[in-house]
Amino acid sequence: MATRDPGVASLPVPAGPAARVRGLSRAFGGRVVLDGVDLDIAPGEFVAMLGVSGTGKSTLLRALAGLDREVTGERCVPGPVAVAFQEPRLLPWRRVLANVALGLRVPDAGAVAGRALEEVGLTGRSGAWPLTLSGGEAQRAALARALVREPSLLLLDEPFSALDALTRIAMHRLVLRLWERHRPAVLLVTHDVGEALILADRVLVLASGRIVFSGPVDVPRPRDRDNPGLTTLRHRLLTELGVNTEGQL
Amino acid sequence: MLLLADRNFYSYQLWNAAAATGAHLLWRVKAGTHLPVVAELPDGSWLTRIPDPRAAQARRHKNGQRRRRGSTPGPDTGPLPGITVRVIEYVLTVTAGDGRTRTERYRHITTLTDWRACPAAELAAGYAWRWAIDPGKQGAWHGDIGLIPADKLPQPAAVWHTAVSLVTTSSPAYGTLPGAILVSLQRMAIGFAVGGTPAVLLALVAGLSRLGENAVDPLLQIVRMLPLFGLIPVFIVWFGIGELPKIILIALGAAIPLYLNTFAGIRGVDAKLAEVGRVQRLTRAETIRHIVLPGALPQALTGLRQSLGVAWLALVVAEQVNANAGLGFMISQATQFLRNDVILVALAVYAVLGLITDALVRLLERRALAWRRGILG
Repeated sequence: MATRDPGVASLPVPAGPAARVRGLSRAFGGRVVLDGVDLDIAPGEFVAMLGVSGTGKSTLLRALAGLDREVTGERCVPGPVAVAFQEPRLLPWRRVLANVALGLRVPDAGAVAGRALEEVGLTGRSGAWPLTLSGGEAQRAALARALVREPSLLLLDEPFSALDALTRIAMHRLVLRLWERHRPAVLLVTHDVGEALILADRVLVLASGRIVFSGPVDVPRPRDRDNPGLTTLRHRLLTELGVNTEGQL
Repeated sequence: MLLLADRNFYSYQLWNAAAATGAHLLWRVKAGTHLPVVAELPDGSWLTRIPDPRAAQARRHKNGQRRRRGSTPGPDTGPLPGITVRVIEYVLTVTAGDGRTRTERYRHITTLTDWRACPAAELAAGYAWRWAIDPGKQGAWHGDIGLIPADKLPQPAAVWHTAVSLVTTSSPAYGTLPGAILVSLQRMAIGFAVGGTPAVLLALVAGLSRLGENAVDPLLQIVRMLPLFGLIPVFIVWFGIGELPKIILIALGAAIPLYLNTFAGIRGVDAKLAEVGRVQRLTRAETIRHIVLPGALPQALTGLRQSLGVAWLALVVAEQVNANAGLGFMISQATQFLRNDVILVALAVYAVLGLITDALVRLLERRALAWRRGILG
């Protein structure tokens, strides 16, 4: 059983889950957003969380990241956590390499950050100012900044939603490649059912502050968007999300 | 003594009464006045004879009665009593403020009939000078723009000449221009350092903690609302008329915009970026160094430019109140001596110094905020 103290992030990842929450609740001024959520994420597991807007997906992610101090319930994340947000959130006044190395406490942090940039294919932009990057480049730099910390839990808060369709496909492949290499547990918050089906081992649906559906995606990777094995699950997910799927793919 | 008078004063009686005092007269008369040439003078002026209008009237009356009666002596045409005066006439082209030009004929009559001792040009110039220094005379009689008399708005070449002579020679009234600049710059530097340094420190204290804000901000908001230049009399009472009140005035002027902008800059740092600091587990010192201070810098630099502007303003005012050296002193001296050219030189120097300091801050901005070039393209 892992300790519940988030301060022991440097301990080796124990055999237990990479993240565990029990009875997680959060209300904003009387409006209940999370209503006793229970969730386990296994080490190295890629979990996608779906939900319509305002169902508390981001609130749950922020709670896991330790960014929300007013959440109640039990939260246990034993290993290091990294977050990539919807916006890249690079410090505009630090060059790309320095952004990736921000808060990195290892010997020769610059070289480590450089290798992370190489992994996301941004070696050539390491000396650039973030405001000169394209949306995809900035998001890749943000991914490098998250992964350089070798997190045992990687939280992705709709990181592809602001990208164009082609860039998004490339980013999906990049995220899968990085995940396969580093094997962090991943919680991906997204609106996009297709994205969840392509990437995740398991898909959750959050509604009214609770996890109302949780099911595995039993199709080997790499997956295609129109893989017939995903059709049943897609219909199920869309129904859970309240979308009428009759006559539609 | 030479008595000048404008166009509408002339009458035969008044002229004679004035001349009877023994003063010489130089009066402008209406351009249409009938002033026949009796003798031409080599400087372009002429002598004329003005008959006594009462005698002329009496003769017209007498001759009219003789004509009606058909008297034999016929009309009386002998010389009338009168005065001999000299006429000076010239034409001036005046350019008004809107660029239109008009030509005006000037006619003076004078009792100074000796053209060698008093050439026409000299008298005309003297008359012009008299009106130019009259503050009530708004309409331009001479000069380039028609709104301000030439004597009050010296031409650029004249100002330049004054500037050169102020640089090259030391006058007892003004000293030298470089000396004045040095004194003013020194005041500015001391005042800015005295005001700017605590402003930035207080902004950090107030910006980085609630406690600091509660301790510092209300006080500075009070100071901010005080009318800066309204404090001068109190400063004189408290600190005398030496350097201290001037330094404090400049320091206050510099401190307020710098404090306000730095404080607002710190508080305005994007909360989302501050969150990144938490995610990356930065220490408080690292968060301040990597996120808060660089994020506040653009607005702090804007504050720096504003406070430089206010500090220059405070310097100008402080130096004119009571100083014995510096640019402002030069201006107040020049005011005493009606030397608008010197005032203009000093004002131009203020402007140039202000521009230079502003350019320095902009250079600093370009270097420190190089990351923003991405936005501007």
